[in-house]
Amino acid sequence: MTNTLDNTKSDVGRGMRFTGWAANYVDERTSASTAVKALGRKIFPDHWSFMLGEIALYSFIVLLISGTFLTFFYDPSMTEIEYEGSYLPLKGIEMSVAYATSLDISFDIRGGLLMRQVHHWSALLFVAAIGLHMLRVFFTGAFRKPRELNWIVGFLLFILAMALGFTGYSLPDDLLSGNGLRIIDGMIKSFPVVGVWFSYLFFGGEFPGTEVIPRLYVLHIMLLPAILIATLAIHMVLLVVNKHTQFAGPGRTNDNVVGSPVLPVFAAKAGGFFFLVFGVIMLIASLFTINPIWNYGPYDPSPVSAGTQPDWYIGFADGALRLIPPGLEFVAFGFTWPINILLPTVILGVFIVLVALYPFFEAWVTGDKREHHIADRPRNAPTRTAIGAAGVTFYAVLWAAASSDLLATHFALSIEGVIGTLQALFFLAPVAAYIITKRTCLALQRKDREIVLHGYESGRIVRLPGGEYIEVHEQLSDYERWKLLDYTEYQPLTVRPNDKGRITVGTRVRAGLSRWFFEDRVLPIDTKELEDASKH
Amino acid sequence: MAQKPPGTDVVTGANQEERDPGTAVMVADSPVNPGLPPEHLRITDLDPKEEKKAERRIAMFFALSIFGSLFAATSYIIFPIIPGDMQSVRLNNMFVGLGASVGLLGVGIGAVHWAKSLMHGHELVEERHPTSGTEEERATAVEMFSQANRESGFTRRSLVRNTLIGALIATPIPAVVLFRDLAPAEDPTVVIKKTMWAAGTRLAQDPSGIPIKASQVTIGSAFQVIPEGLAELEYHRLEEKAKAAVILMRLPINELNESPERESWSYQGIVAYSKICTHVGCPVALYEQQTHHLLCPCHQSQFDVANQCEVIFGPAARALPQLPITIDAEGYLIAQSDFTEPVGPSFWERER
Amino acid sequence: MSRSPAGRRTGRRHPFMGVALLLLGLFATGGLYAATSAGIAQASTPPVSTEALIDQGEKLFMANCASCHGMSGEGSQAGPTVIGVGALSVDYQVGTGRMPGAASGPQAAKKTVQFTQPQIDAMGAWVASLAPGPGFPDPKYYAGDGDVALGAELFRINCAMCHNVAGAGGALTEGKYAPHLRDIQPIHVYGAMVTGPQSMPVFNDQNLTPEQKNDVITYLRYLDETPAVGGFSLGSLGPVSEGLFIWLIGLGGLIAVAIWLTARSN
Repeated sequence: MTNTLDNTKSDVGRGMRFTGWAANYVDERTSASTAVKALGRKIFPDHWSFMLGEIALYSFIVLLISGTFLTFFYDPSMTEIEYEGSYLPLKGIEMSVAYATSLDISFDIRGGLLMRQVHHWSALLFVAAIGLHMLRVFFTGAFRKPRELNWIVGFLLFILAMALGFTGYSLPDDLLSGNGLRIIDGMIKSFPVVGVWFSYLFFGGEFPGTEVIPRLYVLHIMLLPAILIATLAIHMVLLVVNKHTQFAGPGRTNDNVVGSPVLPVFAAKAGGFFFLVFGVIMLIASLFTINPIWNYGPYDPSPVSAGTQPDWYIGFADGALRLIPPGLEFVAFGFTWPINILLPTVILGVFIVLVALYPFFEAWVTGDKREHHIADRPRNAPTRTAIGAAGVTFYAVLWAAASSDLLATHFALSIEGVIGTLQALFFLAPVAAYIITKRTCLALQRKDREIVLHGYESGRIVRLPGGEYIEVHEQLSDYERWKLLDYTEYQPLTVRPNDKGRITVGTRVRAGLSRWFFEDRVLPIDTKELEDASKH
Repeated sequence: MAQKPPGTDVVTGANQEERDPGTAVMVADSPVNPGLPPEHLRITDLDPKEEKKAERRIAMFFALSIFGSLFAATSYIIFPIIPGDMQSVRLNNMFVGLGASVGLLGVGIGAVHWAKSLMHGHELVEERHPTSGTEEERATAVEMFSQANRESGFTRRSLVRNTLIGALIATPIPAVVLFRDLAPAEDPTVVIKKTMWAAGTRLAQDPSGIPIKASQVTIGSAFQVIPEGLAELEYHRLEEKAKAAVILMRLPINELNESPERESWSYQGIVAYSKICTHVGCPVALYEQQTHHLLCPCHQSQFDVANQCEVIFGPAARALPQLPITIDAEGYLIAQSDFTEPVGPSFWERER
Repeated sequence: MSRSPAGRRTGRRHPFMGVALLLLGLFATGGLYAATSAGIAQASTPPVSTEALIDQGEKLFMANCASCHGMSGEGSQAGPTVIGVGALSVDYQVGTGRMPGAASGPQAAKKTVQFTQPQIDAMGAWVASLAPGPGFPDPKYYAGDGDVALGAELFRINCAMCHNVAGAGGALTEGKYAPHLRDIQPIHVYGAMVTGPQSMPVFNDQNLTPEQKNDVITYLRYLDETPAVGGFSLGSLGPVSEGLFIWLIGLGGLIAVAIWLTARSN
């Protein structure tokens, strides 16, 4: 087959000729041009909230890069040695090789501390971005068909990211993360029947043992990243196949995507954003200390630091442990049930399972089997948004509880007062958040309706001949109005007997939930209402 | 394309039927989508001088990036680490980092600015297709599986199929079993109930291992204690410490409420308790000498030393185990025996 | 040389005579000052107890402390007895501004120091005269020139659980707290260890020997004098402040960048 670029040889420079030759070489061996055709001008919609997933993706790449550097200098062995590095307050102290090499990276390798800080700051940002991205997907209903499976994939990514973070910050074997491992050991031991055995398997014997850090290392640099990369690939493939959702707007329908093509605009913006994310992480790592392991000293089961908290994304679990009241344990038939540990574990387990299954729950309640590619404005799904707000508040109460002692010292409170208040808020705050959010959404929907029908207040006051003052309302342009008009509303399910003439329990439950979801609703506007309104 | 009203412009399924909208409200006579708004021209589209300025600005950012990266590489050399000099570490960290930041941010800002101000600014439209395949494709897929089924006899040959499934389930079982030796062979439920403390073991200071005399422990003192001999252990030092760590305090005798069985466990107001929190195992080391409360810093469990370390606040469920102590002939504090219950967090076999 | 600008000889006076006289005067006054000021405790040398000092201390005590601590230091409902607390206690409590106590709360908080060091020494001398109690140690035990590695280890084992590994402070029960330990005078660190103020346990010399106390002080001095290698330390409070920072500044900043990125260009 002839090179189709041959006939342009005369009017292009040597650089372009080389590119043409190279492109042909690759294409003849990989069908690359097919991929370019399929993806090269793919359209991606442009909204800042769609970039949260990118922040997560790019911070993950930064983690891979900085992490690889660290693996060349870190040794996970728990063999005890005497420190011979240059940090004076630890000279001659016995510590594990893992801790010693982490100190060497910090104090004796140029750029080592920088890479450590880049790595750890990036990890905090990674999980935060995933969390915020997940909230965006939730509040815009982007988990609806056909994206329910991608929601599950994303949920798995969240869990994997937290696991990677936990295994990672435990690697330096310092006092802070070591106490974290001690707590994990206590939690594992509390499991009925198998707890002590599992603890033994995990730590390779009694706590702390000499096996756990190397095992966490294998998880952290090999197993978990491999699983995460594979899961991430599925996540991206589904994103490309389903195409991205878009907000309602003029020219945007459920059957199209409006935005910029991959080449050149989206690639430039997304590629540029990668450098910006990396740059911001690098800037923070240059100027702000994170995890000063030299202050904590090597892990030892006897000392402990005031203000012992895990990294922020484990905070909700730590907080849940702190909120349990005293004495929750019982013995039955000679076997001990530590309810004070089991209860928070079960509650958190149920919570995250509910989060994972929410798309299927909502699909069942609405009965809507169509594909949805227009992202909802949160106010247009009041019950969903209110449930989300309650969930976020629930998580936030637990998260705040993890810093109960710091709240006490910084706001001149007592830890008893802080914990007591949070125990009450654990029950009350999500309910309050639900009610306030739902009412706010409905009110905003009504406000939008007002604006669509009667225009927005322009600030211009006019005095009529009769003496009254009115404020002139400006009508929206057709394009702006459409943004407020384009949403779906649902109505409660009407209970009907099935084919056999009976009303099943399932139908009743579904109808009840449907009523809860859609009883209060603000219906979309039709053209008649618009015309009536414009006549005034 | 832009004419369908909201809620009804469903993406049709491959079988060309409209998917069930469930309880969605189908609004009759809805307003129509006005279509794409008119193109918005930027200054750089209209004014060639602005275009040139934007070009120079973008190039400047890229040039700044080059400077930053080179500065980072140079800083690596001109800000070396002098062993023991923390300021040199700080400067190296900061300048290499700042250089790299400028290097990265320069590229990012330049690229984004280029995209925003110079690249073609129109929005483009791409059609969506139903996610499921076309009728033809689905039929072909079904036919492929049917054919494979006919050719292999998978559904027909039930004996073959069922034994295959059984074999596939059984194959991973050895892999699971292989992980038993992640832990040593001993019974952990026996090992974790015993500590290094025994009758006659002297109480020693952490970390030196020097034994403590009763006369050293004055009222209001808190000593961090390990068994004598632990500091010199070559193997399993931390594992033994994780069970044997003790906190030693002295209270005025009249403030100590002891049950009759435990009156002999203290010595003249000196009491010793396990330091391993009964919640999840952190060291309970915060001793308030005036209130005689012990506070665990991890989850804020509080124990009252005057009342046999019963739990007075926080998520712990059990009092801290007490180490029975007395003095030996030379006045050193010694344990009378090991703890009378397992130390640390609760577990299933604790009471057995 | 000995020529003045106008060309006349300046006589027997050497041109450097002025400089020499000035230096002599400086050394003389400086030396005199150093010699006489040895008696005034700069918190670096223990004061000498004299009758005059004790009398002055009694007057100061009656005027400022007796309302809570009793006219003979025997204590009252408002304040504990000071009999037997020793001069070191007074130096710590009054020298850090905790005493005179302000409004009652979970514990006496550090405030502006209300007395000069000589006055504090006087009050300390009077309290010490009531009954034997902890006195000032040899200054070599709070010079801060000990073993920083041993000091750090002792600090982690005995102090960090209340005061935090970096001396950032921590919470105790019922609204009490262990204060931060940055920029505390060495004698006050020593005084706190020996006297065990309020909730703090007593670290007598058999628990932490004077040399070990000096090692701890050396470590605290190291923390004060060493720059934070990684950059701003965000209060040394650990993951809580780091998490707050990444959400507000990191993620917040990147969202601002994303909004800029997706905004329409003008």
